[in-house]
Amino acid sequence: MPRATSDAKLLIQSLGKAYAATPTNLKIIDLYVVFAVATALIQVVYMGIVGSFPFNSFLSGVLSCIGTAVLAVCLRIQVNKDNKEFKDLPPERAFADFVLCNLVLHLVIMNFLG
Amino acid sequence: MAAAGGLPASATLLLLVIAAVAVAPLASAVRPVSDAHRSAAAELFAASPDGSFGDLETTYEAVRTFQILGVEKDKGLIGKACKFAAEKLASSSSSPAKDLFHAARISGVLKCSVDSGVYDDVATRLKAVIKDTNSLLELYYSVGGLLSIKEQGHNVVLPDADNTFHAIKALSQSDGRWRYDTNSAESSTFAAGIALEALSAVISLADSEVDSSMIAVVKNDIVKLFDTIKSYDDGTFYFDEKHVDAAEYKGPITTSASVVRGVTSFAAVASGKLNIPGEKILGLAKFFLGIGLPGSAKDCFNQIEVFVPLVLSLPSKVFSLTSKDQLKVEVTTVFGSAAPPLRVNLVQVLGSDSKVITTETKELQFDLDNNVHYLDIAPLKIDVGKYSLVFEISLQEQEHETIYATGGTNTEAIFVTGLIKVDKAEIGISDNDAGTVESVQKIDLQKDTSVSLSANHLQKLRLSFQLSTPLGKTFKPHQVFLKLKHDESKVEHLFVVPGSARQFKIDFLGLVEKFYYLSGRYDLELAVGDAAMENSFLRALGHIELDLPEAPEKAPKPPAQAVDPFSKFGPKKEISHIFRSPEKRPPKELSFAFTGLTLLPIVGFLIGLMRLGVNLKNFPSLPAPAAFASLFHAGIGAVLLLYVLFWIKLDLFTTLKYLSFLGVFLVFVGHRALSYLSSTSAKQKTA
Repeated sequence: MPRATSDAKLLIQSLGKAYAATPTNLKIIDLYVVFAVATALIQVVYMGIVGSFPFNSFLSGVLSCIGTAVLAVCLRIQVNKDNKEFKDLPPERAFADFVLCNLVLHLVIMNFLG
Repeated sequence: MAAAGGLPASATLLLLVIAAVAVAPLASAVRPVSDAHRSAAAELFAASPDGSFGDLETTYEAVRTFQILGVEKDKGLIGKACKFAAEKLASSSSSPAKDLFHAARISGVLKCSVDSGVYDDVATRLKAVIKDTNSLLELYYSVGGLLSIKEQGHNVVLPDADNTFHAIKALSQSDGRWRYDTNSAESSTFAAGIALEALSAVISLADSEVDSSMIAVVKNDIVKLFDTIKSYDDGTFYFDEKHVDAAEYKGPITTSASVVRGVTSFAAVASGKLNIPGEKILGLAKFFLGIGLPGSAKDCFNQIEVFVPLVLSLPSKVFSLTSKDQLKVEVTTVFGSAAPPLRVNLVQVLGSDSKVITTETKELQFDLDNNVHYLDIAPLKIDVGKYSLVFEISLQEQEHETIYATGGTNTEAIFVTGLIKVDKAEIGISDNDAGTVESVQKIDLQKDTSVSLSANHLQKLRLSFQLSTPLGKTFKPHQVFLKLKHDESKVEHLFVVPGSARQFKIDFLGLVEKFYYLSGRYDLELAVGDAAMENSFLRALGHIELDLPEAPEKAPKPPAQAVDPFSKFGPKKEISHIFRSPEKRPPKELSFAFTGLTLLPIVGFLIGLMRLGVNLKNFPSLPAPAAFASLFHAGIGAVLLLYVLFWIKLDLFTTLKYLSFLGVFLVFVGHRALSYLSSTSAKQKTA
């Protein structure tokens, strides 16, 4: 067992080292994704406690977080320099897409919020 | 009179006319002016606490109405009205012609003392108005004012009467109606009355004789005007506007009164006879009297200021043959005073279907004490029912014929009732159509009887009786019903007995289902009724024992009979609505706690950003790109703010409208800001 824990420790440490090498802008996006998912989780917990009465409000709250997190992941894929597929796409263009998609998403969310 | 007829007044007029139309079948119940009119007038023209009757026009209408009806008003009121009028007359230079006109007429009616100097001023002012204007109303007011002053004993002469006459005549139309002024295209019947009154005033005021050919032309106009008269079915005539214009419309009463006043005043001053049919004059009188008690002050005024034909009326319209009523006829003037000596003849009696019953002329006896013409109806040999009686009035003295309009013949509807004889009443049960009658019982319908019959579903119930009028003719009552009521379930069946049938049959075979297969005892009741039948009755005949087959399985059930038959007219059961109860809400504290909790990740996000050492070094430092970058962020903020507003109060369409503007702006500044960033990063790469 001690073997396994130290292995896990090693694994996490190497993962942390490898992650520390990622560019700052990608880290920001990661942080944003974590923030969005955490907010969604809190809402789910709240629903678990009090019930799903204004169901559309709950859905729009959670989907707003999940949606923006998904969009952020997409942005991360496009901005990542190691990703050869989007080599020719400037990160500014990707950011503009991200902003536009978020605005459209939230228009729908607001409409659904009730 | 009356140029200003406000909308509410018109609406009242309209209502009155509708009411008059609604009672048109009864409108032959014309009665002369009575005390009811007097008290109505006193109520309508109630003086306000300060003693005046409102404006000058209303005041004039009030005092004139009281004068005609002979309603006494105390001295104080007269003094106040006089003072009111005198004030207006004294300030003649500033008052419009309309006010002077009404004020002069008030003084005339109340016989107020006005200085001759004041009247000189007023006359000068009115003459000036006549010279300047070409409006019919202005001409009418000023000429009428001058005439009123002249009638009060003041010497007034219209110098250029012919010109004034032509000025008024120039506004007339080919169909006898008039325009209000030279500019207006619409012609009006009301204006025609006004114009005729003004023309007659011009003739009275003229210093020399007005051209007689002109007068002849106007007379021709009057005849044409009477061609446009409208009528109801019962011989009532009235004038109304051809084109109803909401602003100018005055209603039939005001219009008719205007025409009648104009025509009578013109006929009074013009030499020669007017060629107007007597029936139209009488029809107009009927119209005014048919209104009954007028509802508004103006109607009251219009109703009584017209001229006075003779009216024939019946105090009672229903006569009973049993009590040998006398046919009574009153002939009076419109104001209810006694008519001159005259003869009344009954020339024709018409049945309900306009069939001539008799054309024998019968003169009615005159009862001096009661001022009533009467005739026994028994010798007329008329039966029960509805009749129209045609009367003819003839004046006994020749000279009266020029004063009174009798209108030739008068038709009055009457109703004769009597006792109807009931006999040969029989009730029985028969087996088939051939009529092998098993049991027939004679019954007496003068009183309740209690026959007892029994029948099965293959048999028929027969009922026969005969009704005859006092003159021995067969009488067909309006309503005959036979009612069968099941004793046990209280289910009722009503049969309409045709009035013409001698014998009435109920075939139980076809009615088994309608009777809900209910055997047992049924009570029988017979109802016979008619308006002309003085002895209409509802009699219990007895009962019948019915033996009907057993109900098959699918037979309809008899409806439940209400315990109280009137309960179905009672209040209905209240319907209570059930709303969905609101969902249970969590405690407030919990919700607030979670609201705070959702803010936590943002805090974490910001802390994370700080730990990553994020900075704004990439933010452009040059002024133009910096401005675009700030605008880009501001634009995104604005869109998000718009979303919040959308959530709070805006609807989707307004939101999208604003969003389209914001979106265009955002695309523009976003493109500038991001392309600058991309170009700098590209430079860094190449550098």
